[in-house]
Amino acid sequence: MNNTLLRVRDLRVDFGAHAVVRGVNFDLSAGETVGLVGESGSGKSTLARAILRLLQAAQGSVEFLGLDLLKCPPAALRAQRRGLQIVFQDPLASLDPRMTVGETIAEPLKVFEPGLSAGARRQKVGDMLQRVGLSSEMSGRYPHEFSGGQCQRIGIARAMILSPKLLICDEIVSSLDVSIQGQIVNLLLDLQDAGMAVLFISHNLAVVRHLCHRVLVMYLGKLVEIAPCDALFASPVHPYTRALLAAVPHMPHAAVAAAPAAAPGEPAASGEVDAPGDVDAPGEVAALDLTASGCAFRARCLYALPVCETRDPPLLEVAPGHWAACHRSHETLNPLSWEPV
Amino acid sequence: MTATLSVDRLRVGFSHRTGSIDAVDRVSLEIAPSECVGIVGESGSGKTQIFMAAMGLLPRNAQVSGSVRFEGNEMLALDAPALNRVRGSKLTMIFQDPMTSLTPHLKIGTQLAEVMVAHLGVSWKDARSFAGRMLERVHVPEPQRRLNQYPHELSGGMRQRVMIAMSLLCEPSLVIADEPTTALDVTIQAQIIELLRAVRGEFGMALVLISHDLAVVAGLADRILVMYAGNVVENSIAAELFRHPRHPYTAELLKCMASVSGPRLARLPTLAGQPPRPGELLEACPFAPRCSRAADRCRIERPQLSGSPASQVACHFPLSA
Repeated sequence: MNNTLLRVRDLRVDFGAHAVVRGVNFDLSAGETVGLVGESGSGKSTLARAILRLLQAAQGSVEFLGLDLLKCPPAALRAQRRGLQIVFQDPLASLDPRMTVGETIAEPLKVFEPGLSAGARRQKVGDMLQRVGLSSEMSGRYPHEFSGGQCQRIGIARAMILSPKLLICDEIVSSLDVSIQGQIVNLLLDLQDAGMAVLFISHNLAVVRHLCHRVLVMYLGKLVEIAPCDALFASPVHPYTRALLAAVPHMPHAAVAAAPAAAPGEPAASGEVDAPGDVDAPGEVAALDLTASGCAFRARCLYALPVCETRDPPLLEVAPGHWAACHRSHETLNPLSWEPV
Repeated sequence: MTATLSVDRLRVGFSHRTGSIDAVDRVSLEIAPSECVGIVGESGSGKTQIFMAAMGLLPRNAQVSGSVRFEGNEMLALDAPALNRVRGSKLTMIFQDPMTSLTPHLKIGTQLAEVMVAHLGVSWKDARSFAGRMLERVHVPEPQRRLNQYPHELSGGMRQRVMIAMSLLCEPSLVIADEPTTALDVTIQAQIIELLRAVRGEFGMALVLISHDLAVVAGLADRILVMYAGNVVENSIAAELFRHPRHPYTAELLKCMASVSGPRLARLPTLAGQPPRPGELLEACPFAPRCSRAADRCRIERPQLSGSPASQVACHFPLSA
């Protein structure tokens, strides 16, 4: 595709002797929202930071608009970062407590558009505050005067002020209450409509499902499944993806709850509360033994075969646009731990 | 039958340089023996503070009034030695972050055994061997080896299992689990919820499950209390609450929960506005400013919790059941 914005190839990050990102490949197109999911320790945030060159990758390439960010000289990297912004998880910790919100949002403009007059800058900051659902009069206030959800909007405003091509969101809704999460997700949906590409890192699968076009599933430093969002939730292939989906606690009568007005006249739903079934990924993420061969997930996998001990499964296309790294990806595995909706 | 925990018009305030603010505002609730009650609410709603008051764990600047009776005894009147006899043995608590609630410089075995040495007066040797058996019951692999490990050597999920084991050592009547899975990955969360379900069946104690996540509570609780701005706004049988939420806030909260099933939405439902700051709106319904059903009455008169035992709601204009 020629509208590829970001092309990550064979990206590897080591912390000492420990490989945290182990050969990641993916593309992200202009205007596309891609979810990146996985448990803590799977390397999601490390991958994001390596893409931005906030930490040094051991090997691989990250092409952004055709330029390899990992090899380009500092001045060129700095120019590229204008088009590539990040919003962090902790909304309060990522804002400078001694700067007013207006100063914080104006800072990138001072760096990248030094010619802009103070008045024009103020105008842009005010517009941006409104765009993220705050008011321009708030620019003189300090971060501690805002709630968590509002601080997250400020973080997004700061990232958006330079109109980047790609926004990387690292767990930006995780610390927010559910009633506020929706507001931030809807703001991202608006940005999506305006043509912004987003790499959305989250362990909240429900939010990923409503927001993303495609999803990358990461396990111990590798992508184990890449799929269009609907396909991933309807027919996940990798046993790890299935385990992740099966572990999400279910809301009983979610359909009724979502539309209480429609309830009268309908037969009453059964009074049973869904009991989560068997736990589909027994055990926990282990530290990876680099000398070991084979699939990293095999110790927790209900479907492991002898071949999984010896050979690391490559990422193969199982359906158009749907890739999985599993030796059994072409089989129908039973029992299905995840029933398609 | 007397309730295991009975809270009556509990008020928890915190003194502040501009006066006092109420985190818990005249809350009454009862937990029956062997019952599992979910307490749900957003951050700042006061759900944890009720039980911190019951445990005598509030900070010094807290002002408490009302009554908290545990197995008939008034907890708010107890001095520290008397409190220490109850908490950790008959009344125990599991916290969100198992790393900060275990002592980093003591071995797991020592921390577990200490509870029984202090409360039951058994020997260290017996206590340690019982601790090992308890770790086995909460499915900690290689329990004997774990006894000699320090908390940092265990994963988050393992530490939470150790905390659960610790809470069960003296056969408690009530275990309070405060966001026990919030710090854990979703796969580990599922394991811990399963474990709580299993130990509840095995030990028969009452369980309070505090969470911001209705879905976590849904699978375990018999009854759910929804809190908003220091008040219980709804108290219903769990199945009833999900089928027919009666308080507008409960209904909004259920709508806001993004789901991994059902139709994909173009936009997620949201709840406009913010909860009131503590201290505001003393005589009005705290939810009125954000409520689509609010009328004049809601802005001048605070609704009281009322209804049948199966479904109580604090709302002048509740949704019909």
